Amino acid sequence: MKIHEYQAKELLSKEGAAIPLGIPVNTPGEAVAAFDKLGGKPVVLKCQIHAGGRGKGRFKDSGKDFGGVKYLTRREDILPVAEVMFRFPLVTAQTGPLGQKVSKVLVQSAADIAREIYLGVVLDRASGMPVMMACAEGGVEIEELARTHPEKILKTAISPEAGLQPFQARKMAFALGFTPEQAPHAESIMMALAKVFLEKDCSLAEINPLVVTPTGEVVALDAKITFDDNGLFRHPELESLRDLTEENPAEVRAAKAGLSFVQMDGNIGCLVNGAGLAMSTMDIIKHHGGEPANFLDVGGGANKDQATEAFRILLADTKVKAVLVNIFGGIMKCDTIAQAILAAYKEVGFHVPLVVRLEGTNVQEGKKILSESGLKIITADGLTEAAKKVVAAAG
Amino acid sequence: MSILVDKNTKVLCQGLGKAGTFHAIQCREYGTQVVGGVVPGKGGTVKEGFALFNTVAEAVSKTGADATMIFVPPPAAADAILEAADAGIRVIVAITEGIPVLDMARVKRFLESKPNSRLIGPNCPGIITPGQCKIGIMPGYIHKPGTVGVISRSGTLTYEAVWQLTNLGLGQSTCVGIGGDPIIGTNQIDLLKMFQDDPGTEAILLMGEIGGTAEEEAAAFVQKHVTKPVAAFIAGQTAPPGKRMGHAGAIISGGTGSAQDKIAALKKAGILVAESPADLGSTLQKAIQAKK
Repeated sequence: MKIHEYQAKELLSKEGAAIPLGIPVNTPGEAVAAFDKLGGKPVVLKCQIHAGGRGKGRFKDSGKDFGGVKYLTRREDILPVAEVMFRFPLVTAQTGPLGQKVSKVLVQSAADIAREIYLGVVLDRASGMPVMMACAEGGVEIEELARTHPEKILKTAISPEAGLQPFQARKMAFALGFTPEQAPHAESIMMALAKVFLEKDCSLAEINPLVVTPTGEVVALDAKITFDDNGLFRHPELESLRDLTEENPAEVRAAKAGLSFVQMDGNIGCLVNGAGLAMSTMDIIKHHGGEPANFLDVGGGANKDQATEAFRILLADTKVKAVLVNIFGGIMKCDTIAQAILAAYKEVGFHVPLVVRLEGTNVQEGKKILSESGLKIITADGLTEAAKKVVAAAG
Repeated sequence: MSILVDKNTKVLCQGLGKAGTFHAIQCREYGTQVVGGVVPGKGGTVKEGFALFNTVAEAVSKTGADATMIFVPPPAAADAILEAADAGIRVIVAITEGIPVLDMARVKRFLESKPNSRLIGPNCPGIITPGQCKIGIMPGYIHKPGTVGVISRSGTLTYEAVWQLTNLGLGQSTCVGIGGDPIIGTNQIDLLKMFQDDPGTEAILLMGEIGGTAEEEAAAFVQKHVTKPVAAFIAGQTAPPGKRMGHAGAIISGGTGSAQDKIAALKKAGILVAESPADLGSTLQKAIQAKK
């Protein structure tokens, strides 16, 4: 689960990290009031969306040449800029062409910047440990840097039991070239970042950039936090941070039904049991010249209620021209699944071709049920035939 | 021959709820020696013919169990793994999906102090040595005893692969589902080593997916240390970056984990990679013939 920048900063601030003064607002009028409240001094208006690349993004169809992060000094400029931000979707490299509607803008006191540093905590899969990473050059694409100049990235492993130790933060602060006056402030931000990561079950916690002002203050200018979905059950307090307007409605709906669903751009809907097989089904559709409309894993089994809801979600996508069901019946028998498919098919009212490939336990009985149903279901033997048939059916 | 489990393996089941009980029965029917279950508070009772114990340590001392299959729900699953390791269980198979990743970080650290315990999973279908021992949720009958070692991050895709192998007459020595989470107990390299050293294994099928760099590391290992024929497949060639594809670990992030990178690394190491998931078995067959 992702959250907004202002929410991430609030979490860090509670643990003692220095953040710039800022006020999240919901309307252009509130933005002007926030400007006044912050003393009428220069501010940055920062659109709060989950996607990155805000600064370089543009507001779709607005005709304006500024992005989702705008530095402003004059009171009379706040309202027109904020109006554009709230009115037009923001398109960035990560939002897709339709962009993302902005429903919150952070009005933040502008800071003069003497230095920028990258600071982040991620999970290192190879060692199985959280790792703090830092780079003396801030504002960088850390992934890009990791590829081109891995030697520029400082790393220290964080014990998942004991947390980041003060000496680790101290070592890192001095290695990053903080002055003796600045180092303790940088260290407390590092400690806060590591603490939030461990206590809130994060999968990513990042401050990019961490800045030093000309007067020597050390401040978390931007922050990004992603939580481990598997850890959310023990953090009910995080539920209120969820912004459903940022999530794909079909994905939210599927999650409620216990289905794992990811929206894609193609026209062939897929319903599969198991994540690996579901990914492979998308792959084989593409391999035979089609484009998958989605990833959908109904889990190791597949009951009627799930299949029905899954079909409804697939068919709600008007791009979908054909649907492929690919089930490897293991413990869940194919005849049981065939009956679930039939029931769901009848209940939902199919208007596009349905191709079904069953394999595994009781496969013959399952196929018989489908072929004797009198319904227009195309059956297929094997993955290749199924993929070819559904690609043909989708036109 | 096989790796990790065989007909002598004595298996416990931790967590005998609906799913745990069902699968414990299935394993027993397959012929696995399921010697009991662990349900705190139910020690001394019997469920579906399984003697129940309050703790893993007690179950081990009374049954001589050396393996366990964990169905405990996510909030307590990490603790169940730790308890099994503390009791000296040799093979711990964690089926549970949805364990917080930081719990697994702690488990992994703890297991470093227990070199005699090996964790398979979590979020995995389990491990099977066909005809001898099935610990997990895979359908037993699709397997056939033989000489192919199977390593996979997935569940049903593994069944697909095994079914293709069996239909081609290629039986399996041992099939291991290593799990779809970011932190897992046993990785591809651990198993490649075991299969390379197992005289009963003549070829290896490696089924990977997007996320992380384990397949790249496995490819480098194969090039250096594995002399047996290896074929591979990577699921998720069409997966978009930044999206979790069902498995917690199946995500392309930070510029790493794409199927394209993994396939390139495998090919560079001289491993035959199946283009389509319909060709898993036939690609291994080609790899075997190429080595002859």
